[in-house]
Amino acid sequence: MPLLQVTGFTKSFHVDHLQREIAVFADIEFTLEPGQFLLVSGPNGTGKSTLLRCLYRTYRPSAGSALYESRHGTIDLARAADVDIALLRRKEIGFVTQFLRPRPRVSALELVAEPLLGAGNSLADAEPQARDMLATFGLKPELWSAYPTMFSGGEQQRVNLARALIYPRRVLLLDEPTASLDVKARASLTGRLAELKQQGVAMIGVFHYPQEIQHLLDGEIYLKNATALPESEMVEHVVE
Amino acid sequence: MPVILNHLSNLIDAPRLVTQTPLLRASGLKKQYGRITAVDDVSLEVYSGEVLGIVGESGSGKSTVLRLLNLEENVEAGDYRLNISGLEAINLFTLARFQRREVQTHHIGIVYQNPHLGLRMRYTSSGNVAERLLITGERRFATLREAARVSLAASEFPLNRMDDPPRVLSGGMQQRVQLAKAIALEPKVLLLDEPTTGLDVSVQALVLDTLKRLQRERHLAIVIVSHDLGVIRTLADRVMVMRHGRVVETGLTDQVLEDPQDAYTQQLVHAKL
Repeated sequence: MPLLQVTGFTKSFHVDHLQREIAVFADIEFTLEPGQFLLVSGPNGTGKSTLLRCLYRTYRPSAGSALYESRHGTIDLARAADVDIALLRRKEIGFVTQFLRPRPRVSALELVAEPLLGAGNSLADAEPQARDMLATFGLKPELWSAYPTMFSGGEQQRVNLARALIYPRRVLLLDEPTASLDVKARASLTGRLAELKQQGVAMIGVFHYPQEIQHLLDGEIYLKNATALPESEMVEHVVE
Repeated sequence: MPVILNHLSNLIDAPRLVTQTPLLRASGLKKQYGRITAVDDVSLEVYSGEVLGIVGESGSGKSTVLRLLNLEENVEAGDYRLNISGLEAINLFTLARFQRREVQTHHIGIVYQNPHLGLRMRYTSSGNVAERLLITGERRFATLREAARVSLAASEFPLNRMDDPPRVLSGGMQQRVQLAKAIALEPKVLLLDEPTTGLDVSVQALVLDTLKRLQRERHLAIVIVSHDLGVIRTLADRVMVMRHGRVVETGLTDQVLEDPQDAYTQQLVHAKL
């Protein structure tokens, strides 16, 4: 049994005021093993980010299943109880975007430490780790106690990555985490992802420039345009 | 274009990974005011350490649900249980008035939008908080004062002002006094009725942060009612959407805000500026 087994995965949005179903993708199928890194690829608008969000349950999948082998047993992410998904988000499945949601008067260090505190770690334990992560992503130490609401875009992104990657997850969903990062920060991220892969973390990612993570990839989930093609052709393939 | 029905929408399994019993369980709540049904067959569950948000327009019944959970009013129908030693088997609505008052005092804290509802505006702030302990029979002045100080500090209230009456305090500080009062007896349940509505955005953020920290440290089960979706997004793990006294949708906060399934929720979410 793989870590994640996705079958018949389908998403469409029902927009009530238009009285319309907007199909995004249909019948996606793939498996993910520990330590595997899959790239989600395909033209713009084929639902690459939507696929990640459906797996994280920010979007509700319309059909299909995503059987996840959690530490506490197998569960279908497509229809698991909200509280179960919330638990998995705290402990096992992480989502990494390029956007930070800073809150007024919460310091960079506090934001980064938060996922550890949420998972039950003590402050004494979380703070040094948060410092390490901020150092890894190259945020200037004089900014660690400052409020990211006033940071530049690049600085916010470093905080965001530190926060997203501080707690050890089993699966990471990466939604263009490198977009608009500078070369140095991008290298730190790629380095960190390589480390995580080594440790057995499984990853699924959307990357605008996949060249930089090419050496880490084990396969590809290719999405075609859902509206332009008949359903039978919208099948993904995983390159082994 | 193939029409794909959202046939999974209504198929959500019972919790399997989370095996503990919810701290708060209410089912089939019904409340009428004369011929108007304010709350109609509402059920909800909240776990320790979890924040449930209730959203909906004015008159949707969301504040009434909170008052019912605070045992302030009688219901036409409904079952309400707290998983607290000695209370598990009791539908709290069946309790006599003074017993309800006991449960409310010891296990439930509440913060109202309007500080006048929760505070005596001319008493000292410390006195407002200490009053909670007076109710339980504590009479030693030093103990009362120390308890007030600890609760006010936990609510991040500036202690050099603890003897000022709420009427001379800013709105943000009044809410901190309410919060200190609500947590003084270390309840398991915290109910928040529009706790930051009317505050400046920056003050609002600070109060929300205090709430977040308290929730994490004390492992409270929190129910927050707000029409402000930003507040709900910041604080709530899950959301329940109400309309005309009924629940139209529940889900993870980000899912309800970004992929609302119900027609009314779609309107509500898109009405946000």
